[in-house]
Amino acid sequence: MNNALQQPQTVVVLGGGSDIARAIVLALDSSSLRTVVLGCRNVDSTDAAGLEAELSGASVTVCHFDATDHVGHAGWVAAVAADHGDLDIVIQAFGQLGADAADDPVAAAKLVDVNFAGAVSSGLAVADQLRAQGHGALISLSSVAGVRTRASNFVYGSTKAGLDAFSTGLGHGLHGSGAHVLTVRPGMVRTSMTEGMNEAPFTVNAADVAAATINGLRKKKPIVWVPSKLQGVFGLLRFAPDFVWRKLDT
Amino acid sequence: MGDRQLLTGWGRTSATSANVESVGADGLATIEWGSRGAITRGLGRAYGDPAQNGGGTVIRLKPSANPVWIDTVGGTATVDAGVSFDELLRRIVPHGFFVPVTPGTRFITIGGAIASDVHGKGHHSDLTFGHHVRSLDIVLADGSERTIGPDTEADLFWATVGGMGLTGVITRATFNLLRIETNRCLVETQRLPDLDALIAAMSDGDAEHRYSVAWVDLATKGATVGRSILERGDHATLEDLAERSPKALCNPLGFAPGSLASVPPVPNVMNRLAVRTFNELWFRKAPKQHIGTPTLTGFFHPLDGIGDWNRFYGANGFLQYQFVVPFDAVDTLRDIVERVVANGNASVISVLKRFGAQSGGLLSFPKPGWTLTFDVAAGVPGLGSFLAELDQLVVDAGGRHYLAKDAHTTPDIIRAGYTRLDDWKAIRRSVDPHGRWASDQARRLDLL
Repeated sequence: MNNALQQPQTVVVLGGGSDIARAIVLALDSSSLRTVVLGCRNVDSTDAAGLEAELSGASVTVCHFDATDHVGHAGWVAAVAADHGDLDIVIQAFGQLGADAADDPVAAAKLVDVNFAGAVSSGLAVADQLRAQGHGALISLSSVAGVRTRASNFVYGSTKAGLDAFSTGLGHGLHGSGAHVLTVRPGMVRTSMTEGMNEAPFTVNAADVAAATINGLRKKKPIVWVPSKLQGVFGLLRFAPDFVWRKLDT
Repeated sequence: MGDRQLLTGWGRTSATSANVESVGADGLATIEWGSRGAITRGLGRAYGDPAQNGGGTVIRLKPSANPVWIDTVGGTATVDAGVSFDELLRRIVPHGFFVPVTPGTRFITIGGAIASDVHGKGHHSDLTFGHHVRSLDIVLADGSERTIGPDTEADLFWATVGGMGLTGVITRATFNLLRIETNRCLVETQRLPDLDALIAAMSDGDAEHRYSVAWVDLATKGATVGRSILERGDHATLEDLAERSPKALCNPLGFAPGSLASVPPVPNVMNRLAVRTFNELWFRKAPKQHIGTPTLTGFFHPLDGIGDWNRFYGANGFLQYQFVVPFDAVDTLRDIVERVVANGNASVISVLKRFGAQSGGLLSFPKPGWTLTFDVAAGVPGLGSFLAELDQLVVDAGGRHYLAKDAHTTPDIIRAGYTRLDDWKAIRRSVDPHGRWASDQARRLDLL
């Protein structure tokens, strides 16, 4: 249960290796936090002890989670709830950039399977659980890359566009159920996933995404942009003529 | 099937959605039990989440055809659990009776008063409401109905008094009434400059009055830490009125309080300036020393004249923090008062009171010592860690927190404060082995 200060007791991360998710977990830490469940593809490479040491008293559990195991998602969520009680906050943080996806149809389809189909099947499983408990929040990490897709990463962008449409729609579907869906739209974020890449304008740190996410949770917003300026920027860019957009996208 | 509703407590924090079923006592057996259980909700005046049950069932008891029986000879009342103190007082005051214990609002139900084992300004002389209950009817998880009391199934009775509705549905109770001659109180008001003066005054003179409470200013920094207004009183007799307010004698037992106004949904208006201004005026309006004859409502339920006053705190809502520490932990009390003043986020009207003896309820809050209550807006940054510090100070001093107010503490803090928790859990499990009664608070604090 969240308490009156909106401090959760149980947080679940799908894609437990994510730097952004880790920053959000740290921002959600309090003396009320008891359990963090990290669902990861590679259980062995996840540093649970390191995260636990940074938290004020919660225990961190790592378990295997595969975004493409669509059949297993409902059972996975039910098992976590059976072991740890109500899921106060679930963070959907898995995703790949798929650098070679534009040239490889099979790799592109796989990217869609992880980033989009995985988000849909796991998101619906989480929504069922939240509806049944009458409370809880799903945080879905989208990206401005999906707001208007670019030549350099349009496959990735299209998966995020799909995820964004799904999670905002799911939020409408859950309205009044006690459950809340927060779609987070960051620009470029400095993480291990983007290491070595050229920085885009408005690049932020994972901690900035975490702070904006906490604020969005507190105010029960449907969407947060990080930084918030991007909402205005993309409000214009969305309607920029194609030749202008291509010029900007270099 | 009931009606799916988003519910919060009086603090308007952490809403959850539940299936609300309005049934009479005879319809309780037909309630559908899902996997999330059920809890009874009265008027929703507990500040946090004890009358919420996310994803489960919330029961609202409909009154029977004859909800109130008064035995004017024996001085007792038998009342349906869903009846409010407001309704009860409108019926009994004209007959020369008052409730044995009332909290600061009359918009609570009899069932809620027993489940929270409420206390009032008279705790040092009258103890809790549960102390005056002679018997109660309860519907258990298996659908059976029992009549229990301090002499009949005492274990279950004292697990139910203060048991936050988690042992069953209280449907009716018989309790003692207090005889009164008039609808007024005789109240002595005293202005005190600081906390030490207040502690000294209360320690000295409380025993001479049935009621005693102090309003402490925790919002103003400076040399005046703990400046306060001490109010001590008794029920006024006809003789008192003849002497002090003869006009009131024309209708000495009338009771028909109205509502002044209702607060519309507004943003949080309890900002620092507003709070400090209010406290300054509140303090200055009190004469240094004065004896008056306020009405029952004016003395016991001053905030009830303003409907929905909880909306003053805006969308984020607020918490009411209440704890008790033993008398020998007066240093902890002083420490906490200083921290709260230094923190600067306490709101208007904080209350200090001395508790009398502990009653038999296993999870009843009051025990001998000092109890302090203050409101704070829930959206204040850093509030979580500040309150967590206070929580620890309270339990380290042998104190505890009031479950009817709690909205933020942890299972560890509650376990440390309620040393009889395991005994209570054992009794609860014996009457509810399948865990059918459940609330958000019970889940949050591991009470089940």
